[in-house]
Amino acid sequence: MNRSYIAPHIASLPKSGIRDFFELVNTMEGVISLGIGEPDFVTPWTIRESAIYSYEKGNTHYTSNLGTLSLRKAICGYLSDLYGIRYVPEKECIVTVGVSEALDLAVRALVSPGDEVIYHEPCYVSYSPEVRMAHGVPVAVPTRVENSFALDPADLEKAVTEKTKVLLLNFPCNPTGAVLNEEQSAKIAEIAVKHDLVVISDQIYSELTYEGAPNSIASYPGMKERTLFLSGFSKGYAMTGFRVGYACGPAEIIDAMMKIHQYSIMCVSVNAQHAACEALKNGRQDMEMMRREYLRRRNVIVKAFNDMGLPCLNPQGAFYAFPRIDSTGMSSLKFAKRLLLEKKVAVVPGTAFGECGEGFVRCSYATSMEGITTAMEKIRDFLDSLKK
Amino acid sequence: MTKEEIRREILRILGEDGRLTSSQIAERLAVDVQEVAETVAELEKKNVIIGYSAIFNESELPESKVKAVIEVKVRPEREGGFDKIARRLSRFPQVSSLYLMSGGFDLLLEIKGATLQEVAEFVSSKLASMDGVLSTSTHFLLKKYKEAGKLMEEEEQDERLKITP
Repeated sequence: MNRSYIAPHIASLPKSGIRDFFELVNTMEGVISLGIGEPDFVTPWTIRESAIYSYEKGNTHYTSNLGTLSLRKAICGYLSDLYGIRYVPEKECIVTVGVSEALDLAVRALVSPGDEVIYHEPCYVSYSPEVRMAHGVPVAVPTRVENSFALDPADLEKAVTEKTKVLLLNFPCNPTGAVLNEEQSAKIAEIAVKHDLVVISDQIYSELTYEGAPNSIASYPGMKERTLFLSGFSKGYAMTGFRVGYACGPAEIIDAMMKIHQYSIMCVSVNAQHAACEALKNGRQDMEMMRREYLRRRNVIVKAFNDMGLPCLNPQGAFYAFPRIDSTGMSSLKFAKRLLLEKKVAVVPGTAFGECGEGFVRCSYATSMEGITTAMEKIRDFLDSLKK
Repeated sequence: MTKEEIRREILRILGEDGRLTSSQIAERLAVDVQEVAETVAELEKKNVIIGYSAIFNESELPESKVKAVIEVKVRPEREGGFDKIARRLSRFPQVSSLYLMSGGFDLLLEIKGATLQEVAEFVSSKLASMDGVLSTSTHFLLKKYKEAGKLMEEEEQDERLKITP
């Protein structure tokens, strides 16, 4: 092989700097992990049972590319209930393999080479690579602890150029748990309208909003026609392994996304689609039960961090605490590595989610209360050992 | 949280795990421990919380190896309706639960005993012969799968990745 066969834009994709750390965690035994970005709950029984029934009935065929109409109807009804946004199930909704696929479709459908896509950091690991894979230019806007990690509209405004096409939002945010308040949402909406931006709103954690009802940028004036609402069943309904997400938005964009989806994926597993239908029909009580439990854990973990001298904001959504660890004098990665090796507690270095995550670690409270309490004791011991 | 929300949350939490202390509950709800202690005391005083006990497999104990549910038809009394006879029955320690039911019979009793004979003896000598009891139908329990929201056998844990973004 005299030349590299790998396409340059893939070859140049940065490898995650914490890949090695993830490998290290996965090879260790007896680790208490606060590093897992998925619910610890097993999928509610009513959903699993309906998936089994779907197989028994012999539902084993392809579905419409967009997803079964009954699921699309259920999704649109659900969004109308929750956010008061009305989508037409026949043409404004597509069912995808998790939000990951929805994001991929959206970016590929919208971004031409050289288009700038603004997103906020720290953020989920796939945003920047997704944009690069579409030959776009990712533009990260840092969010700050002083703003509770919400996107500051002024920072956004500064990042907009004539090449900006897309704004990618993720609130409630992984890894910070931040949400946007009314005022911030309204201002960001204004900026999007003013500069004629398309907004991709990744709302996978929306159900897990702790104070007040979940909201969406799509419900602000002038926004519905320029917003793609992305969400799914993985987090709120504890269905990560089912891989069901969806995108709702303007028919023209959904149609473009459908083209890519039809050629690359065809359709989402029919069984998973049936399960997702059941989630919306009968799973809401289970979801609410899980949300309540996350809230209790959040209260416990946030208090524990603050009590031990690692300042930690009260996350308003998702299931991550993002305490500040720079007072230890260590980098996020060093802190995470030493904590793992010395106390067998796994947390994710903030830098996994962007450079501005330096000085923080992400601790998932999607783990049992017992696990959280033990982990907190061990972190406290770890901090004490540093002082000696 | 409003007082009513706190009250409900405390009941939910204790309903799942009755052994949690007021300070553990306070941490979970991010409220003052004093407030939790007072609310729990009030719930106990008002008989909303009527007791705390463990859920376990009762066949571990010799005195409760055998369980039965009994459907009972009774004649309501002119004054007091079903309450009087229900209260009378509920005093027997063998009766672990007692409900007034809609449908084909009136009272549903759960009975515990050491042996089949002991339970049968209670039914014939105490229950069926009681004034006002018209008929009984006894069903012995063969196996318990779930009680008070808890499965008797834990589900196997699915393998989860140890760390994911």
